[in-house]
Amino acid sequence: MKDILVTREVTKRFGTHTALHNVSLEIPRNSIYGLLGPNGAGKTTLIRIINQITHPDQGTVFFDGVPLAPHHIAQIGYLPEERGLYKSMKVGEQALYLAQLKGLSKAEAKKRLRYWFQRLGITGWWHKKIQELSKGMAQKIQFIVTVLHEPKLLIFDEPFSGFDPINANIIKDEILRLRDGGTSIIFSTHRMESVEELCEHIALLHKSEKILDGKLSDIKKAYKSNIFDVSIDGFRAESLMAELQHSFTIGAVTQNALENSVDFTVQLPSGSSGDFLGYLSDRANVTRFVETVPTANEIFIKTVESKESNE
Amino acid sequence: MSKLSLIIRREYLAKVRNKSFVIMTFLSPILMVGMVVLIAYLAKLNDSEKRVIGVLNNSHYFSNTFLPTQSTSYVQFKDLSLERAKDSTLEMGYYGLLYIPDAPNLEKISENVFFYTKDAPMTTVLDKLEEIFQGRLFQQRLQDIGVSAQEFARVEDKFQIKTATFSGQRNLKGINMVKAFIGGGFGYLIMMFIIIYGGFVMRSVIEEKTSRIIEVIISSVKPFQLMMGKIIGTSLAGVTQFAIWIVSASLLMFVVFTMLGLDISVLGQNPSFAQGIPSTIFQIDESLQLYFWELLKIPWLLLITFFIVYFILGYLIYSSIYAAIGAAVDNETDTQQFIFPIILPLMLAIYVGFFSVFGNPHGPIAVGFSLFPLTSPIVMLMRLPGGIGEGGVPIWELVASIVLLVATFIGIVWLAARIYRVGILMYGKKPTYKELYRWLKY
Repeated sequence: MKDILVTREVTKRFGTHTALHNVSLEIPRNSIYGLLGPNGAGKTTLIRIINQITHPDQGTVFFDGVPLAPHHIAQIGYLPEERGLYKSMKVGEQALYLAQLKGLSKAEAKKRLRYWFQRLGITGWWHKKIQELSKGMAQKIQFIVTVLHEPKLLIFDEPFSGFDPINANIIKDEILRLRDGGTSIIFSTHRMESVEELCEHIALLHKSEKILDGKLSDIKKAYKSNIFDVSIDGFRAESLMAELQHSFTIGAVTQNALENSVDFTVQLPSGSSGDFLGYLSDRANVTRFVETVPTANEIFIKTVESKESNE
Repeated sequence: MSKLSLIIRREYLAKVRNKSFVIMTFLSPILMVGMVVLIAYLAKLNDSEKRVIGVLNNSHYFSNTFLPTQSTSYVQFKDLSLERAKDSTLEMGYYGLLYIPDAPNLEKISENVFFYTKDAPMTTVLDKLEEIFQGRLFQQRLQDIGVSAQEFARVEDKFQIKTATFSGQRNLKGINMVKAFIGGGFGYLIMMFIIIYGGFVMRSVIEEKTSRIIEVIISSVKPFQLMMGKIIGTSLAGVTQFAIWIVSASLLMFVVFTMLGLDISVLGQNPSFAQGIPSTIFQIDESLQLYFWELLKIPWLLLITFFIVYFILGYLIYSSIYAAIGAAVDNETDTQQFIFPIILPLMLAIYVGFFSVFGNPHGPIAVGFSLFPLTSPIVMLMRLPGGIGEGGVPIWELVASIVLLVATFIGIVWLAARIYRVGILMYGKKPTYKELYRWLKY
């Protein structure tokens, strides 16, 4: 069984509003899966269905090859976007309580907590109350509580919000380490640079429907538009540029006087980049020739916009 | 440990460790006892205040009438003019001057009696003086028509019909009221408990919403488990608090009263008893004894058993409504519109209980409200001290009331759980009743 979690045509309605419409996803094991979409697209509803907080009106969810059942909650860890802890409860006590609710024994929970507190360098916090901690500190506790029961599937909704860059990096490294340890991760965020950095697969939800999913590298390939970034030496470039503009689709030419070079982008018919490069290197000294790959952000915006203009 | 017991344990500990809860638990008995002691002390102080009244008596009818009592003593002026007597009264700082003129007969004298004081006199003092004159007039009038006091008492003897049930049990006038008071006490306890601890449940739900922990928790447990755990945990904390209150208040009361040498009976003292004629006192003694026997005959075991049944069912119904309200709103100020409809049936139960159950515990209103599930825990308890079966609550009514209550309990908890389930994940909306209705169908 390749996928840890599969949803089949999941539909959820709230009154007259449809929050999810026939959403089918395959979330592969042992990788990070980005669940993306504008606000109100249905991400949170889908995540809540996976956590069995709500139940789908139609469709099925399979966890590890079998239909999702109540006992699976011990194998799922969920860090919701709207998160918090009991303010007047002590850190250690609270972490123990939440771990026990996930089915860990008290002794086991204590042992693992000690390990994690040491790992994140917060051993002194055990007897502090949450209200004495800063927001970032509380987020660390929250992270530990989410992963403590060593679930097969982890769901992070905006995990880096509330962290300073240093701590965000620590948490990012921990997430990567968990993935390397064999955990499957669903990652929901609006921060595209972290999607780029972490996710192998993505799915894009828009207005209750899935409009795109697959391997990020494949999607990027599909979204390539054969635009290349080119730099050439400035020597006798002007006449060359005029020639190029005559026979190719050239955009955004900039003269770089300091380095004596000319930068431009060119749109080529697919599969003709080699011919173009040969043609160009015969006439000028090419210092840079790079295909521009769309960022996840560009793909996100482009897909959502084209979807909206189609409607 | 099962998840439910984990939640109950946490809710219980969170409640009993709460500072204000601890303070309330230990301060309330002290405040309560302090107040009772203060009242007893003030009552004693009030009694010990002595008033002196000057009496200018020009008539031979009242030579031996003004005997000093616990709170009043009299000073007789002799051979003084009214003006001089007034001056002396003021000078000596007496409370007032009673002027009794001379006249050929008692009726004439009484008509012209005056009581002079600095300001308007206290009614209690005035009542006492009037009583003296009334007694004297009464005596004189009897004498005038030649009837002895004994003869008059025989004429005036009031008639009381004796009542009994068909099975031969003696009834006592007013016993229904006493019994309803006892049941009412239990009912009142239920109401207080619901209002106080239902509110705690609600606030605890709101706290979970505002601290945003709710979604973390319900990814581990079912919302229903969380709701029930919260209700049970909070009520256990409440029972603990009540137990501490009862035990410590009675201990404190005992200690304080023994130490200060105050007599608890001061509180129950009724001035009219002390003033009454001996024969009435005797009557009261007799009926007190009867009341006592009647109280012993109240089926306490039955009463307490059903108190527990009605308490648990009633509390669960109301506190799950409170939990649903807590889930529906974002902060406590938004709860007002929903709280009133809950308190209403509780208040209604208490008032209906006091007005109709006391008069007639088996009348149609009393029966109706003791069947209606939202009021039955209180009203039925007011009826139950009369026993069940013949002469008491018919067994079918008791059974029907409990069946209805259980059915309502299941229905309300189901509804509340649905509202709760949706509400805890809703932020930033001030819900209307229409919206709550829509949530039921999610």
